[in-house]
Amino acid sequence: MNEKHSEIQEAEILVIGGGAAGLSAAAEAASAGAGVLVLESDLHLGGQLVKQTHKFFGSKDEYAGTRGFLIAGKLLEELSAYPDKVKTMTNTAAMGYYKNDGVVTAMRGEEEYFKLKPKRIVMATGAQERLIAFPNNDLPGVYGAGAVQTLMNVYGVSPGDRVLMVGAGNIGLIVSYQLIQAGVSVVGILEAMPNIGGYWVHAAKIRRLGVPILLRHTIRAALGSETVQGALVESLATGERFQLDCDIICMAVGLTPTAEMLWQAGCAMKYIPELCGHVPVRNKRQRTTHEDFWIAGDAAGIEEASAAMIEGRVAGLDAAASLGYSVDENRFDVFAERLNSLRRGDTAAKIRSGLEKVVAA
Amino acid sequence: MPLIDRHPVLSFKHGRKVEFTFDGKKMQGFEGEPIAMALHSEGVRIYRETPEMKRPRGFFCAIGKCSSCFMLVDDVPNVRTCVTPLREGMRVCTQRGKGAVLPMEGEQ
Repeated sequence: MNEKHSEIQEAEILVIGGGAAGLSAAAEAASAGAGVLVLESDLHLGGQLVKQTHKFFGSKDEYAGTRGFLIAGKLLEELSAYPDKVKTMTNTAAMGYYKNDGVVTAMRGEEEYFKLKPKRIVMATGAQERLIAFPNNDLPGVYGAGAVQTLMNVYGVSPGDRVLMVGAGNIGLIVSYQLIQAGVSVVGILEAMPNIGGYWVHAAKIRRLGVPILLRHTIRAALGSETVQGALVESLATGERFQLDCDIICMAVGLTPTAEMLWQAGCAMKYIPELCGHVPVRNKRQRTTHEDFWIAGDAAGIEEASAAMIEGRVAGLDAAASLGYSVDENRFDVFAERLNSLRRGDTAAKIRSGLEKVVAA
Repeated sequence: MPLIDRHPVLSFKHGRKVEFTFDGKKMQGFEGEPIAMALHSEGVRIYRETPEMKRPRGFFCAIGKCSSCFMLVDDVPNVRTCVTPLREGMRVCTQRGKGAVLPMEGEQ
């Protein structure tokens, strides 16, 4: 037999994505006694958590006050308590779902394909970076904010000498600060909106370091023939155009949920602008309209890591319960309350409005 | 492009340093880290040339989703170099065009 096409592997609960949501789902399901297989497409577990150097906000239960990359370690430590229940595979991507027989195809590395037949699936597949249209936006040196974080915070490689950040939401602000931590110069942050989208505390840190945040400004072109050598910037208020000297243009213009497999499964999907894209209709326990699929984290709508971790726990626990494992029902109330408290206040108004449209009572 | 040697929060643990080639040129990188990162730390920004417009491409998402960093690695085309671990002696080449699948052994 060709070992690149191995036998179908069985799994009780397949968790797709080993980031904040997926690891939390796995820990919760395993604690209830379920067998879990976690697939992670990257070379290591932890998802975007491993790229975060700042201390998290939120509540103690979601490790407020702890730096992101250390939270990934805590989740892995929690999982290590269930060595017989949890299996993880890195550098392995789920590729497709076959509705007729419930088979999931997966790819390890670039060339090894195999099939899985899980009883339940938790989609914790996260998000993907958005790009905006401008001439030369495909030039080497126009990088997603996540890619810049991967280079410098995971592998210790300096992304460039002079970075122009596009977007002053939390990601744009945080990555700008991280660049400065890594010794890279940030020439400015462009933001098309008249106000800063991210938390004030992040913006203040950046401003104290002398990085200009140019509101009502956008990028009109990347300059250079082989790689980025500058950017053409326009003031949306006056129409004035000018050039900035930079070798990296870092795009932090938002994320969009990625849960393509749910379309293949026939889940009811809705376009929800507040959640930044197409997301599945689900109940309060993260179960989609396909009874074998749960959704958690950014794949369920762009929010932040603390919420992703709780959604993961809800999904993992409910998936285990659906297999007949006995679970403490009170935990669902505890998780619901933690989510509610994260989603209070003005900054979360958008999230609340998005969820109202997609979470069935 | 240099490696980050001083950082207020992070410390970087690299593995064994190994040699590989990029378009025939000898380079060094850390074993097990993605090929794309090794290239970037050696100053390489252009990873492929697009099939129709012949435009240079580097990496973009670094999480294996966007296809921008496809390269020819040990004769295999369309390798996602941002999530493929570097091994000693790898032959990494700029990919031009779509890349062709090699014939199976015994096939012409």
